[in-house]
Amino acid sequence: MGWDPVVLFFVFGVVAGLLRSELKLPTALYETLSILLLLAIGLHGGVELAEQASGALVGQMFLVLLMGIVLPLIAFPLLRVLRFGRVDAASIAAHYGSVSAGTFAVVVAYMLAEGIFFESYMPLFVAILEIPAILVGIVLARGLSSSTNWRELGREIFLGKSIVLLLGGLTIGVLAGKEAVAPLEPLYTSMFAPVLALFLLEMGLIASRHMGSLRKTGLRLAIFALVMPWAGALVGLGFATLMGLSVGGTAMLATLGASASYIAVPAAMRLALPEANPSLSLGASLGITFPFNIIFGIPLYLQAAQWLQAGV
Amino acid sequence: MADHSGTRTLLTIICEAVLETRLLHDLEILGAPGWTVSDARGRGSRGVRNAGWDNDGNVRVEVICSRELALKISEHVQRHYYQDYAMVCFLSPVEILRSHKF
Repeated sequence: MGWDPVVLFFVFGVVAGLLRSELKLPTALYETLSILLLLAIGLHGGVELAEQASGALVGQMFLVLLMGIVLPLIAFPLLRVLRFGRVDAASIAAHYGSVSAGTFAVVVAYMLAEGIFFESYMPLFVAILEIPAILVGIVLARGLSSSTNWRELGREIFLGKSIVLLLGGLTIGVLAGKEAVAPLEPLYTSMFAPVLALFLLEMGLIASRHMGSLRKTGLRLAIFALVMPWAGALVGLGFATLMGLSVGGTAMLATLGASASYIAVPAAMRLALPEANPSLSLGASLGITFPFNIIFGIPLYLQAAQWLQAGV
Repeated sequence: MADHSGTRTLLTIICEAVLETRLLHDLEILGAPGWTVSDARGRGSRGVRNAGWDNDGNVRVEVICSRELALKISEHVQRHYYQDYAMVCFLSPVEILRSHKF
């Protein structure tokens, strides 16, 4: 089997960045690509959701919410053991408890390429998983009697770009239905991989910059950024089993558990916990965990899901 | 034609883009007569901020107002944001053409 070209685009971006190439995608293009990806994922999820909605979904959504609370509570003590300060540990834990929509786009493309079925409402879980870890992170850093400006933060958390795009796409998909959405379907089929490839090229360039900053932050952070995805994936596998997801859905939830946010949470943490060092959390999530997940993690999590379901 | 020209103070704040909403809210409350926001990139004591993507950019906020108000705003931002955020703030005298606007 050849290398996945989409992943190779990411590697290309990393190499070009590390070599300090002049290559740079315009910021507006990167924004456009991420909007296209999130809308396409949401739209497709919405169409399928309208066709196969069931009461069991409510229970599953509750479990996903719980998973978003459990993840930072695992990350936080691990970071404290590695001797990170309380506020930095809480901020990094919030990043790792939340999810990366970019990683989700890669796992969607991977499952489509492998022809593996997965529950179509997974985008809903992505939107749900983004939120609780941010709140847990703030409480871990400050306690409940904090002086946090919840109104401003609430807007940042609930109306963040990726949540709005995913939920907006889902709603349009549900309301319009399969036939009406058909003309837009290329967003998810023929256009998805090319858009993702370009998106990952830029992600590679961004990741390479954060790899440079890791030299300063050192070994402890690298250890955490490589250990935590395994723990997160295990939590995801466990919750997926509780929820009774398919093999594809289980691998996806494991990937979501393993992934760390690099867009929604950094912005929220910058406002809520300004004294936390943003280069620590971004260095870990973008410089190490994101590359690890898309190059090695996703195939591993799929394998684990297959073993798990074969054993049950 | 009556002469409406005069001098005012140009207050320039360059800071993390994440602060934009909060900062503009502060300006409104402190009574700034108006402002101009532009995207910016550069390098300072907190490293390179090259606006390559969402979390990595700066904004430059410019306000033309009286010197007293400019000082009040600059004290406010120093007190609230200097410690934790990448931010610089400076004042310069400017000649304006329509004094009633500022």
